[in-house]
Amino acid sequence: MIKVDKLIKNYGNFEAVKNISFEVNDGEILGFLGANGAGKSTTLKVMTGYLSPTFGNVHVDDLNIADHPIEIQKKIGYLPELNPLYSDMIVYDVLKFTASMRGIIGTHFNDALDRVVSDCTLNSVIHKKVSECSKGFKQRIGLASAMIHDPEILILDEPVSGLDPNQIIEIRSLIKRIGKEKIVIMSSHILQEIQATVDRIIIINQGEIVADGSPDKLVSSGKGINKLELEINDSTIKDTRLIEKEIEGLRISDISRNKGVVKVLIEYDHELDLRSDIFKYAVKMNWTLLKMNPITENLEGIFRDLTS
Amino acid sequence: MNNIKYIFKKEVGSYFNSPMAYIFLVIFAIVNSFFFTNIFFKINQSDLRTLFNIIPLVYLFFIPAICMSLIAKENNSGTMEVLTTLPITDKELVLGKFLSALFLIFVGLLFTFIQFYTLIQTGTDIDYGAIFTGYLGLFLLGAVYSSIGIFASSISKDQIVAFIIGVFLVLIFYLMDKTILLFTPPFMASFIQYLAVDYHLANISRGVIDSRNIIYFLSIISFFLFMTIRLLESRKWK
Repeated sequence: MIKVDKLIKNYGNFEAVKNISFEVNDGEILGFLGANGAGKSTTLKVMTGYLSPTFGNVHVDDLNIADHPIEIQKKIGYLPELNPLYSDMIVYDVLKFTASMRGIIGTHFNDALDRVVSDCTLNSVIHKKVSECSKGFKQRIGLASAMIHDPEILILDEPVSGLDPNQIIEIRSLIKRIGKEKIVIMSSHILQEIQATVDRIIIINQGEIVADGSPDKLVSSGKGINKLELEINDSTIKDTRLIEKEIEGLRISDISRNKGVVKVLIEYDHELDLRSDIFKYAVKMNWTLLKMNPITENLEGIFRDLTS
Repeated sequence: MNNIKYIFKKEVGSYFNSPMAYIFLVIFAIVNSFFFTNIFFKINQSDLRTLFNIIPLVYLFFIPAICMSLIAKENNSGTMEVLTTLPITDKELVLGKFLSALFLIFVGLLFTFIQFYTLIQTGTDIDYGAIFTGYLGLFLLGAVYSSIGIFASSISKDQIVAFIIGVFLVLIFYLMDKTILLFTPPFMASFIQYLAVDYHLANISRGVIDSRNIIYFLSIISFFLFMTIRLLESRKWK
């Protein structure tokens, strides 16, 4: 279990992370979302011991990062943002070096190598220089280095950047498999990727947590507003606008008329369901209702609302 | 201890997997041989003093050059983040890198055995003790300059800047009893002389292993390695 407790990190006078607290349990895949400079990477860097917190602490099981950084680093596999690698080394040597630093040598290394080479599909590049590998391979080399010791906690900063759609699907299933037993914390700018991979999302904005929950929960909570898209025949914009006065709680956010069809975007509070009222009113007014389509808020909308 | 070994192996591998080590060793051997043969056969003395006078000069540029990448490159490419989040202390990291530079210097000194062999073949009444202490002095001097070089490398992300800072710092220690002493008030003269690396090297090269000289070399090495470790740790608090 990881517990981030009242974490504050300042760079000089700039407050990069402002009093963040959260917990992650074993078998949980946590997605970190946030705009550039929101404090995601800084939080991850503090969790891995690369940076020290200005205030607060990070606990892994019973250990805290200030007093036991080495013990915690043994449990963590970390893929930093931009995936820095030793470009002049052979891929095999990179993995061997990382493994030896983790105390994995001899036959244990051979087993670990087989595992990560197979998981990250590195067979074709294992004897190549890192600088000769494509961006997708480099990303997977970074991932393999992070996983070489089969860590209890995997922290991945932008793990799928540079990968093609097939590779993304492979890495996603790998992360999901690892996340069944272990803790995986990943950040990404690709919202669909986060939504498809993680069990829980934390959205950070300007160094603060603005949302925390499962992807479904976040989407359903949205802004607390239901949206409906209507297409009405046999009406005018002026007549259609009257619906706002007739049905309580209903707001028109957009209206237009094209080829005799009025298109209306309607909003009402989350607790209400005005669809039958709208239908009855349309019948009363002799309108032909061509379309009544509920618009579900997606993660992108939530993200924009919370971080803009 | 194992971590120091693995860092050492990685750095030595990176020296020898790139042209860096070969360029260093070849030019080091050529420059030393050139100046040695120019003088050795003229002065009619059975010692390696000529060689021991040249190498400290060659060190002035070569050691900052082999040390400039040790930390600056890791900081510049971002691999420092990977390295320092492995279960390794900053002390182990700096020591591993320092020892790798020392190893390269050691191999460079092995190349001067050509001159040693020349002396054995041509000289008479050779003072082997003085030659041994001369090499010991050169090795310790190499260690002092390497600790300064690695410190310079931790100051800047830019390898060229690290090289220039390294040469500048090494020059200060080298020139301390030659130039700086001339401008120093008399009451500080003995102190400045004690700080000068040449003063201690001259003692050792004469064949005298005095604990004061050894302590001086070890103190300077420890000071710069300690400062490097502190600078590396300071990333956490930036």
